Amino acid sequence: MTSLDKQAEATPELESGSEAQERLAALASTVPSASNLGSYLSLYVQRVRGGEMGSLPAVGGLIVLVILFSSVQDTFRGLYNFGNMLTEGSGPILLAMGLVFVLLLGEIDLSAGFAAGVCAAVMVRLMVGYNVAWPLSIGAAIVTGVIIGFVIGLLRAKVRIPSFVVTLAFFLAFQGVALYIVNNGPGQHGDVRITDKVVLAFENSQMPLWAGWVLAAVIVIGYLLIKVSAQLARRRQGLAGEPTSVLAVKIGGVAVGTVGVVYFLSQNRALHKTPTIASNGNGGFVKVFPPKVEGVPWVVLVLIGFFVVWTFLLSRTRYGRHVYAVGGNEEAARRAGIPVDRVRISVFVLCSGMAAVGGIMIGSNVAAVSVANYAGNTLLLAVGAAVIGGTSLFGGKGRVIDALIGGAVVEVIQNGMSNLVQGNNGSAVQYIVTGIVLLLAAAVDALSRRRAGATGLA
Amino acid sequence: MVDEPILELRGLNKSFGPVEVLKNVQFSARLGEVIALVGDNGAGKSTLVKCISGTYPIDSGEYLFEGHPVTMHSPRDASALGIEIVYQDLALCDNLDIVQNMFLGRERVRGLTLDESSMEQSAQDTLKSLSVRTVRSVRQRVASLSGGQRQTVAIAKAVLWNSKVVILDEPTAALGVAQTAQVLSLVRRLADRGLAVVLISHNMNEVLEVADRIAVLYLGEMAAQVSRQDVNQQQLIELITTGRLDGARPSPTEANGVPA
Repeated sequence: MTSLDKQAEATPELESGSEAQERLAALASTVPSASNLGSYLSLYVQRVRGGEMGSLPAVGGLIVLVILFSSVQDTFRGLYNFGNMLTEGSGPILLAMGLVFVLLLGEIDLSAGFAAGVCAAVMVRLMVGYNVAWPLSIGAAIVTGVIIGFVIGLLRAKVRIPSFVVTLAFFLAFQGVALYIVNNGPGQHGDVRITDKVVLAFENSQMPLWAGWVLAAVIVIGYLLIKVSAQLARRRQGLAGEPTSVLAVKIGGVAVGTVGVVYFLSQNRALHKTPTIASNGNGGFVKVFPPKVEGVPWVVLVLIGFFVVWTFLLSRTRYGRHVYAVGGNEEAARRAGIPVDRVRISVFVLCSGMAAVGGIMIGSNVAAVSVANYAGNTLLLAVGAAVIGGTSLFGGKGRVIDALIGGAVVEVIQNGMSNLVQGNNGSAVQYIVTGIVLLLAAAVDALSRRRAGATGLA
Repeated sequence: MVDEPILELRGLNKSFGPVEVLKNVQFSARLGEVIALVGDNGAGKSTLVKCISGTYPIDSGEYLFEGHPVTMHSPRDASALGIEIVYQDLALCDNLDIVQNMFLGRERVRGLTLDESSMEQSAQDTLKSLSVRTVRSVRQRVASLSGGQRQTVAIAKAVLWNSKVVILDEPTAALGVAQTAQVLSLVRRLADRGLAVVLISHNMNEVLEVADRIAVLYLGEMAAQVSRQDVNQQQLIELITTGRLDGARPSPTEANGVPA
């Protein structure tokens, strides 16, 4: 709170039209309003100082990590690795998107990792054992996730078991369920290979180059239209909008970022590009080029699709507002007539549904479903992604984009560390570093919350 | 019309098990009037408010709204009639801004999406109509507001929803001197706009400053409903602590909630 505010507060306002009021109005007009880029930035700095940091630490961390890893190893820098990280990180990011909703209510879902495993196992068993077509198998996996979430939500909202305990119990039980499904029924057992081309394509194939550019155009133009139309609507109502320069910077940033990413992904990033000489069968020789790896991986489309839909739901609809309200003050939400229990159940449904999607992508990435791929740190990476991205563990604060930004940080650490520390201790170091980063993010969350409490901002 | 109470309770009884909390209580609120509800701790003020708001069902007695008998099943029934309660603990979401809080649970939508600009406009207009100028921007988060500003937002919410009866539960309990003055002037303005205001307070100075009438609860019974000018602080304290007024006892008709 600025000293100006305090001054304004201390002046009692007794009768309308009094001298005190005129003075107040004059004071208020000297408070910096966000009318140009400079003051907009200074207001932003003020908010960050007050503990409202959002994704700032995550973006900073990401830049530092990328510079660090790039400078010590060549393999990290390569385009191949860039595409690799995108596909590898997509599973945890999709899980994290669902977890954002649960965390917004101040709840936790520890079972999401193995729920992903159960759903992926359902899909692969249907495809491999019963020859069910891919759309139906994927649908069945997602329905499984939705049912799991509904049960968790009911146990939390109606039976009132703390979500930590409910999902810890499911964490154990789902490991067993996933094991049971992969080890029983017709078809392969244990490490069940995915053979369906479409499911494999998500993580292992790329869009045609032109489709990548169409995607880029849709993103940039869509963002521009949304921003500009919102601005015009506010102008019509006579309300203050964002300064035009800030708007231009934001749209420009999105355009440059999108075009840059699509440009890099459109290059051939295969590790081996030199052709080999082979016989053409008629006594002649031909140059045989190794298969090209170029274009935007299909999974990016899935990521963007869910990102857009969930962001819209959370920031533009009544339901999203109610999620924030229940997370901020459950009692106030109840008194305002919000169906608190229904909102609570819905976030668990959404989270486990997204776990199913993430589980399918993790399966697609390694071309098989085995329980080991969902064990260990799958869940913690996803929770870590959301929290590192700026979603609060205390509820009421978070956005879907946090999952993307935090997921990028987590993936860069995973990928960078695994290349940096080779040998026997590689995964040991990786676990330790990821744990420390998660702890660090939680500490930033807790401290910024305290700071927000102290300065009156939250 | 002015003399016809908008809200009237006749012979209200409420018990929790064997404990009779409210006994044959008469109470009325009129448009354009601030009625203070006072009483010592445990006198039954909160229970009475919860009966009015529909949180507690009443055991027996009549509940009249605009002259018609009504039955309250839940707080939603009360807000549907236009009875808004501003709680002591405020019931605002710290993580939402002023507009979002004022429209919480009753958001305006256009198609699927929230109609932010229209809500912001209405919130601004409401605050302006109440001559609230201490709030810098309606897009501020509630967490960044002072106690007085929060109270203002909670009260403005009631006005925004065109409530007819606003019940304020200890609105100044946690406020400093200047902020208390702000809130009290706002309370007065509400009544001047034609709303019926029920003010629950422990602060006698405050009650005597803004109330038009004063209802005193004593051990679950309505000890008196008197006009402001008929009592002084001494008499009021006597009423609250003993339930009667030695020497200048209010007439029986007054005690029945119908001031002379």
